[in-house]
Amino acid sequence: MNQHHWNDSECLFLPASAPDFLPIPQLRSLQLQRLRATVKRCYEHVALFRSRMEAKGLTPADIRTLDDIRLLPFTEKSDLRDTYPFGLFASPMSDIVRLHASSGTTGKPIVVAYTQNDIDVWKNVIQRTFACAGVGRGDIIQNAYGYGLFTGGLGVHYGAEALGATVIPVSGGNTDRQLMLMRDFGITVICCTPTYFLHIIDHAEKIGVDIRKLPLRAGFFGAESWTEEMRKRIEEMAGIKAYDIYGLSEIIGPGVGAESKSQDGLHIFEDHFFPEIVDPKTGESLPDGEEGELVLSTLSKEAMPILRYRTHDITSILTSPSGCGRTIRRIHRINRRSDDMFIIRGVNVFPSQIETAILQIEDTLPHYLIILTRKDNLDQITIQVEVTEKYFSDKISELQSLRQRLAHAVEQIIGIRAELQLVEPRTLARSEGKLARVSDRRQSNPN
Amino acid sequence: MKLHQISVFVQNEAGSLAKYLRVLADGGVNIHTLTLADTRDFGILRMILREWELARELLEKAGAVVKVTEVYAIHVPHRPGGLADVTDLLLEAKVSIEYMYAYNLRKEGSAVMVFCFDQPEPALAALAKVGLTPVEPAILFGSPPSTC
Repeated sequence: MNQHHWNDSECLFLPASAPDFLPIPQLRSLQLQRLRATVKRCYEHVALFRSRMEAKGLTPADIRTLDDIRLLPFTEKSDLRDTYPFGLFASPMSDIVRLHASSGTTGKPIVVAYTQNDIDVWKNVIQRTFACAGVGRGDIIQNAYGYGLFTGGLGVHYGAEALGATVIPVSGGNTDRQLMLMRDFGITVICCTPTYFLHIIDHAEKIGVDIRKLPLRAGFFGAESWTEEMRKRIEEMAGIKAYDIYGLSEIIGPGVGAESKSQDGLHIFEDHFFPEIVDPKTGESLPDGEEGELVLSTLSKEAMPILRYRTHDITSILTSPSGCGRTIRRIHRINRRSDDMFIIRGVNVFPSQIETAILQIEDTLPHYLIILTRKDNLDQITIQVEVTEKYFSDKISELQSLRQRLAHAVEQIIGIRAELQLVEPRTLARSEGKLARVSDRRQSNPN
Repeated sequence: MKLHQISVFVQNEAGSLAKYLRVLADGGVNIHTLTLADTRDFGILRMILREWELARELLEKAGAVVKVTEVYAIHVPHRPGGLADVTDLLLEAKVSIEYMYAYNLRKEGSAVMVFCFDQPEPALAALAKVGLTPVEPAILFGSPPSTC
């Protein structure tokens, strides 16, 4: 291991992070070896993958180079639903030590499985996630991701323990208790969704707790997309470093990628998860540096290997070397999804653009919903924004002005006039902390 | 003496108002006076209640956005021009009325109006010159005054 270029002093003592610094040829050869084993495993043990490969006239022997991954069929989320519950498992249940599942709000849940080796890989990538930001033994980690079927809670938990840090398994909710523990236990690191942390900040302000004066120094925020504006606000208001983390249950859960201290994109732990960028419409592979949809293949998963999973997350693979010296590739932070994008009057609009506009007017991102309708053959866009205590005035003129400023900011960014409606708090639908951001009603009312 | 007015953001939608009124009813809180300012999309429910702190707590628990505003209840002579005289006075004192509404109480030839001023101090000084002073809570609520 002596030939590696160590730039992060803290990583010298963390062998878990060693793969982050592998020389590129060694990394690629490891990836190819693992890819071939994964394809073979899929072909031999999973009927869906085998039939799809056969339909393309492929056998595992056709995968000779890493570029040959492009020959393989894609996997979609619907494939996980259609094979519910165990249809994509490549291991017998006797080798599987854990199952997780999604909430199934949009139909049947998806089920994911782990062998003991898979769990060990998961622990490894979570350790590397924390190590990326210099978090380790001695840190006290408040894990406010939901514990249970959701992968966030337990995934982070065991990785943080393996790291040697102290873990507080508080799970989500009960903000008063979150703040009490944060203060009384001298929490140094928090893990939760970025919107929940903004809620904690608001609540702290309300009950007179200054988070900036607490030992809290870093937050790992994931499970939903967030923006640079939100990062700035979190870092200022809480006096911490806010790190973006990336993961999805279909691939492993949290631990697919993470920012390092340089905060210059998310490192993908690509010795286990191989990233590609494709054109979201055609599925054609795009070179590093170009923006498109992230496609991930697992390279070491046993219980549920996945080939070329369409994440629908829009990003690009960064080509510049990272400031932290890691050789594993980075992706640009994700704040758009290909399935979230909508086209109105011929213009492509992403919800993240609406968020940017709202954040120019309000300090924190309120819950919002974009509604698309059609009237007299013309597409209309209505944005409902929940009124928060901070921006509620009992003067009509001030609320009207807030509404106009929001509408103006949206128009400046997307170039289309939007109708803006202020709505009561908690009236917009939520599911597992995630929001439906767009409601397209153009088909249901064609007039 | 100033009053604590409770304002609630209400969506212009069936059931929005009823929901909050039911919360207050179930909490045993009586509304002494209310007014609803409405626009096409939303309204603001403004209320005067003796137990305004309890009302705020109940409404917030029910998920409402609530604001407490300082307003003043003033006896206005109950005759033609009674209110016009008051507004003239305020105009002279260069004070703006953000909004006002009638309080559900009439006494000895005067009506009670609730005012929200942009600058309460000069407004009250101007009114005091002609003997118009804020109505005491005991009179407004008809029983021992609360903290306000």
